[in-house]
Amino acid sequence: MIELIVFPLLKIVFILTGVLVAVMYMVLLERKVQAWIQVRLGPMRVGPHGLLQPVADVLKLFVKEDITPTRADKYVYTAAPIIVLVPALIAFAVIPFGSEVHLFGVEIPLYLTDINVGLLYIISVASLGVYGIILGGWSSNSKYPLLGSLRASAQLISYEVAVVMTLIVVVLLAGSLSMVGIVEAQLASGVWFGFVQPLALLIYVVGALAETNRAPFDMPEAEQELVAGFHTEYSGMRFALFFLAEYTNMIVVSSVAVTIFFGGWLRPFPNVAALGFLDLVPGFVWFVGKTFFVLYLFLWIRATFPRYRYDQLMRLGWKVLIPLAIANIVVTGAVKVLL
Amino acid sequence: MGEAIAFYTLSALILLFAILVISVRNTVHSVLFLVANFLFVAALYVLLGAQFLAMIQVLVYAGGIVVLYLFVVMLVKLKQPETHRDPQRRSRLGLALALAVLAEFVVIALYGFVTPAPAGAARPTDAALAVHNVQEIGWALYTDFLVPFEVASILLLVAMIGAIVLARRGM
Repeated sequence: MIELIVFPLLKIVFILTGVLVAVMYMVLLERKVQAWIQVRLGPMRVGPHGLLQPVADVLKLFVKEDITPTRADKYVYTAAPIIVLVPALIAFAVIPFGSEVHLFGVEIPLYLTDINVGLLYIISVASLGVYGIILGGWSSNSKYPLLGSLRASAQLISYEVAVVMTLIVVVLLAGSLSMVGIVEAQLASGVWFGFVQPLALLIYVVGALAETNRAPFDMPEAEQELVAGFHTEYSGMRFALFFLAEYTNMIVVSSVAVTIFFGGWLRPFPNVAALGFLDLVPGFVWFVGKTFFVLYLFLWIRATFPRYRYDQLMRLGWKVLIPLAIANIVVTGAVKVLL
Repeated sequence: MGEAIAFYTLSALILLFAILVISVRNTVHSVLFLVANFLFVAALYVLLGAQFLAMIQVLVYAGGIVVLYLFVVMLVKLKQPETHRDPQRRSRLGLALALAVLAEFVVIALYGFVTPAPAGAARPTDAALAVHNVQEIGWALYTDFLVPFEVASILLLVAMIGAIVLARRGM
């Protein structure tokens, strides 16, 4: 009983709080990193070095007036932010943050569940998030949100194809769709899949940037053209939900990248016995560290790359990434059959 | 017991959303109810132990095809359906179609009752099969059902080329 209900509930609470706190501080980190790259200081006023800035931001968003445009479709307008956030959060159900830990004589796996279609589960729940974006833009009954949401959904659908095609290669290598299975396959083969499949990693990272609407693919919210894109009309807490969803999605794609390309909770060079002392660091720490490295990459790219033009973005997706991903599947499959 | 409760709840929700799809006036709302319907059908698949099918249902139908429906519905300003000279025409056609589908279901149900299920086709309740869901489907697709699978893929290819040809002619 206690293992069936209490443990999973506790884990859900831990994961949700962990993710939400990480999201709050991701916003601060983003502002700080941008500032440092541009030789500024960033937020400094609230708390030491601006460390309490996220708390102030959240409080502000909570007490702001919540406006619904008069001619908006009220129900859809309310549902849209929820539809964006929920798929992003439930994706964490299958992400393995570490292997087992022993606590008070009980063996607790550091993941909520390990289903045999884990990777497919993440892909499919992630594909639902696009509804919130389309509906948010449509229900606002305003032209910039509609344009923004059309761009966003076209972009998400296009890049989803390339990302899913790339993940097939990983499944081919691991022989499993389970997230834990993929990490264990990397342990067994002794090398992170990112080194075996650099092309797949590249396509995944580019696709992930586009899927999360991050620079240089942040067309859906290009301020100069579209005000704020699909969430222009939103304010207060509902805007905060969109914001939360964007950062949660960033954490999801980073954790997936770490799990399938950077060995999840494994230490670097899992096959080199001489580095065994690295095992003293718990797997969970490795996982979080790698995830933050990937997240930092996102911020770094945002601060240094100019935005793509919309037609260039579509051309890159359909004419470069998807053919490359298909060729990668063919080559990997052939090599796997021949060896 | 628990499985039965889950099954009837899910079925009731599926029927409810199906009715909402065809009864609401706003087309966007209708599409949204269709998505909800698909998600509950996926939950039904999970209940049957077909996790792979459930995920594909969400990915392909809920996450892919219906998004395109939504695009069309949003971009094409749908006019109020014009009233035909004979207002009864649609309901007569609908009744005929509904009766045809009902007859089909009755025949399938009767057939199911008459012919006992073959011994090998028992539900895959054993854990080994449930765990290797994906392998089983892949194995079946590439051995026993190879020809239908390849025919379906050629059909899709033809449809894709056809769509490209049509789109290019429009340019």
